[in-house]
Amino acid sequence: MTTGDTMISIDGLTKDFGSLRAVDNISLDVKKGEVLGFLGPNGAGKSTTMKMVTGYLPITGGKAAVCGFDVENHPLEAKTKIGYLPEGAPLYGDMTTTGFLNFIAEIRGLSGETKQKQVAYAIEKLQLHPVMNQPIDTLSKGFKRRVGFAQAILHDPEVLILDEPTDGLDPNQKHQVRELIKEMATDKAIVISTHILEEVEAVCTRAVIIAEGRIVFDDTPANLKAQSSSGNLDDVFRQLTLVN
Amino acid sequence: MHNCWVIIKRELGAYFSTPLAYVFIVIFLAMSGALTFFMGAFFERGQADLASFFSFHPWLYLFLIPAISMRLWAEERKTGTVELLLTLPTPTWVVVIGKFIAAWLFIAIALGLTFPLWITVNYLGTPDNGVIIASYLGSLVMAGGYLAIGSCLSAVTKNQVIAFILTAVVCFLFLMSGVELVQSFFQGWAPSFVLEALASMSFLTHFNTIVRGVIDLRDVVFFGSIIGVFLYVNAAVIDLTRGS
Repeated sequence: MTTGDTMISIDGLTKDFGSLRAVDNISLDVKKGEVLGFLGPNGAGKSTTMKMVTGYLPITGGKAAVCGFDVENHPLEAKTKIGYLPEGAPLYGDMTTTGFLNFIAEIRGLSGETKQKQVAYAIEKLQLHPVMNQPIDTLSKGFKRRVGFAQAILHDPEVLILDEPTDGLDPNQKHQVRELIKEMATDKAIVISTHILEEVEAVCTRAVIIAEGRIVFDDTPANLKAQSSSGNLDDVFRQLTLVN
Repeated sequence: MHNCWVIIKRELGAYFSTPLAYVFIVIFLAMSGALTFFMGAFFERGQADLASFFSFHPWLYLFLIPAISMRLWAEERKTGTVELLLTLPTPTWVVVIGKFIAAWLFIAIALGLTFPLWITVNYLGTPDNGVIIASYLGSLVMAGGYLAIGSCLSAVTKNQVIAFILTAVVCFLFLMSGVELVQSFFQGWAPSFVLEALASMSFLTHFNTIVRGVIDLRDVVFFGSIIGVFLYVNAAVIDLTRGS
């Protein structure tokens, strides 16, 4: 695949929880080399959309495909292409960092030297050396988040979906994770959700804002900023998401 | 199945990395010993067999197996790791079976550790070791039945205590369905085939045949079907409760 190929295609994606429409007819394509920042108020449907694309939540209407594999009809193929950091970075607290990463690597089908190499790579990239043999339960929030991130990049996926990857990190760690995202962006399609508007400016090539399950903005972060007379992202964000 | 083995390894590791395994094994051994010698009158009976040991297993399992099974899915749902697990490229049923087998192996280990009793009875007399082996197998198969029910009900809730109580109650009903207490409730108004069907669902009836040393195919098929049906429902429940 070359830069510019569509890696994630979402077409008319809809999700109902009972009578509540959480995601309402969202369509977007993410190409290789893109870092898409997914923005929106709490409860706008960011996580729900991500959960449908990663195959966790069943889809009510519409379609989602990853690297050409429909997530409903070919879930296993689609899932092998995705690295996913779920919201809140859930991890097995009873395992050590290395034990956990080895488990994920094995279930991803890695073995022998490749497994060792990839686990070492992820530990190196996220700087997890100090906590390699510590049970995950005893780690700080920042380390837990980074273990979750490491788990997502183990199999060098073509698509990375990260739900609030920098939540709970200190400014240095945030910077480091952003650099990592930028570095990996060259040969992947990356979707990150965030509340931090500066983050979109810092790492994303494209900003998508959703409110009440619908896309209200889809353009570059620069154009998002241009929409505001004051040049303040917070103002534009409020303008777009508080329409009602 | 490679992934099934990876799951089994992780689950078994999780038992022994927490005090759960040791507490369970110690209590299981202490209680089965106490019941055998005091309530079962092992010595006073003056018979070289382990009937007084095995006859308490259905009751011992009634609250010890729910204690093992309650965490299987409720904990994953509570901590959110179920999202991680179900977005890995492995089908739900593989995870269900992997977790079940790991828990079953764990119970097999606990059961195997009662071997001093077997040595004792062989030292004191000449028991029919065929019957003892059949009883061990029967006990293990029955434990599998309890466990499948527990695994299934653990997926219904995020609360481990609820999972424990539900499992104990449902197992109790299965255990007692052949007994006068339950049967007399239906007698007089329910058609006789219902009474017979209920009686044939009784764990106690099937277990007692095996403990007598008769491995009847019907009893093995019975427990096998209980395991199969409940694990099938288990996988269905997990797919239905995704994201809730």
